[in-house]
Amino acid sequence: MIHVQGITKRYKDTLAVDDLSFEVREGVVTGFLGPNGSGKSTTMRMIMGLDAPDEGTATIDGTSYHGLGLPLREVGALLEAKAIHPGRSAFNHLWYLAQTNDIARQRVDDVLEMVGLSAVAHRRVGKFSLGMGQRLGIAAALLGDPPTLLFDEPINGLDPEGILWVRNLLKGLAAEGRTVFVSSHLMSEMALTAEQLVVIGRGRLISSGSVDDFIAESSGQFVRVRSPEARALEALLLERGAHVVAEDDGSYSVSGLDAAAIGTLAGDAGLHLHELSPQMASLEEAFMELTRDSVEYRGHESPHGAPVTASFPSTNSGK
Amino acid sequence: MSTTLTYTSRDLAPATHARVRTSSALRGEWTKLRSVRSTTWTILALAVITLGVAAIAGSTVSSSWHTMSAFERQTFDPTGLSLRGMLFGQLVIGVLGILVMSAEYSTGSIRSTLMAVPSRSKVMLTKVAIMAVVGFVVSEVLSFGAFFLGQALLASPAPHATLSQPGVLRAVMGGGLVLTVLGLVALGLATIIRHSAAAITTYVGVLLVLPLVVQALPTSISQPITKYLPFHISDAMTSVTHVLGSGPSLSPWTGFAVLCGYAGVALAVGTWMLVRRDA
Ligand SMILES: Nc1ncnc2c1ncn2[C@@H]1O[C@H](COP(=O)(O)OP(=O)(O)O)[C@@H](O)[C@H]1O
Ligand SMILES: [Mg+2]
Repeated sequence: MIHVQGITKRYKDTLAVDDLSFEVREGVVTGFLGPNGSGKSTTMRMIMGLDAPDEGTATIDGTSYHGLGLPLREVGALLEAKAIHPGRSAFNHLWYLAQTNDIARQRVDDVLEMVGLSAVAHRRVGKFSLGMGQRLGIAAALLGDPPTLLFDEPINGLDPEGILWVRNLLKGLAAEGRTVFVSSHLMSEMALTAEQLVVIGRGRLISSGSVDDFIAESSGQFVRVRSPEARALEALLLERGAHVVAEDDGSYSVSGLDAAAIGTLAGDAGLHLHELSPQMASLEEAFMELTRDSVEYRGHESPHGAPVTASFPSTNSGK
Repeated sequence: MSTTLTYTSRDLAPATHARVRTSSALRGEWTKLRSVRSTTWTILALAVITLGVAAIAGSTVSSSWHTMSAFERQTFDPTGLSLRGMLFGQLVIGVLGILVMSAEYSTGSIRSTLMAVPSRSKVMLTKVAIMAVVGFVVSEVLSFGAFFLGQALLASPAPHATLSQPGVLRAVMGGGLVLTVLGLVALGLATIIRHSAAAITTYVGVLLVLPLVVQALPTSISQPITKYLPFHISDAMTSVTHVLGSGPSLSPWTGFAVLCGYAGVALAVGTWMLVRRDA
């Protein structure tokens, strides 16, 4: 169980994390979701005792990181920035960590086997691909067989096979009863992996709860409408206070009125409808909706090639 | 990869103590030091420089003996000559001391280190201990090696030194000690500065540039300062007949105590900053 209580972190003039509180339970994968720069990595570093919060506390099973006895046996973490010396072999990287926490040498071989790096254990890490480096980081997190695990953007740089592997790994660890906390800036990834969500934007908590609740509580439903008399219909809908978004394919996404109301409105005005279908917002859209005001780098490509605003409903929305 | 993979350990003994043990942290730190190539390379470079200079200086002095003045012959210091390479060695051991800490920051491995050993004063303590022991063993071996090699190659008519002559054992032992302590000064600087290049520049500046700057000052100012410079402390320690024409020196052991003081300050400030700063 991870417990974060009112943590705040300021770097010079950046407020990276702002009075953030949440809990991460054992036995499920909890996703930590937020656009790039929203403070996920900073929060994880504070949980791991690397950065000191200006205010608030972060505890793991009731203890701050500095109070943990042999920390690698209590919590393991894969951080976003590589924390591995490229000149060292994979084995030696894990071996020195194991030595500090009185972990048997056999366990080093075991975790190397688990992540599929046994064959390259004695090769220098600098020669590893991004995916292999990521696997080594995961091996280090698993080294002490800890009940709590943190993964910061674990699928970055992985190929589809690797992504699938990580997904199954996270679920498997949670199924063993562990606390698994995994960050991502991609809602689509969280939808496939996580059961619980902590959503942040600009360092503040936006929402926390189950993935299902998250969809329901965010803007949620809308109605797709298609009409040959689109302009007239749009004007009518806006007049009635609906929120209308023109989509690229010529349809309109309407929220604020349900399908029945839209149908009646169109019928009364004598407008034809070619489509009138209630839709569930995708998780991605729900995420965008919630973080709309807190995206720091709106419209920029994220460093990993996935556009932050990928499925952001296109322009032209009326009020 | 197997589909029935589980992540639980079969043979992880339960933790029996409430803290990371110092002995365990030391073992980990030793593994870290010996598992990177830069350690091997710097120690090799240190050996080549100290032994190489001793060999060259020892084997060439006899041919220039007849051109030396009577005063030069009288004050000729065969011990100091063999240890001349130690002055260059100071730069190399500094690089080793710096890399022990700065490589952790340049590669990000400091985060792995601190996650495994959250007590930062313990991290610092283990690094200092490992650097002190490794530095001491390597420096003493090379100091004695340089002395014996240099003496063996010294041909008559130049006189030889033996360890039983007054001051010689002190100079040879002391040369290794000075090197050891300078490695710790470098480690302290690197903990404060955290960037390899900046730390090396600062270290070289203190060792080599500072003496030049001081020398350029009016004598009334430079004379009382000069003897406290690491360069001069080291020179006083490794010389038997001292004739550095730049005024008074501290006695070898007083100078050494001052040098230890520098290391203490650098390490204390470094530890304080390591504890205080985000990683
Ligand atoms: N060490 C640091 N120094 C200065 N600013 C930082 C530092 N770490 C993070 N920040 C800033 O804090 C904010 C949050 O960053 P981060 O926690 O990395 O977000 P995320 O992981 O969600 O992308 C960003 O504006 C970032 O630039
Ligand atoms: Mg991040």
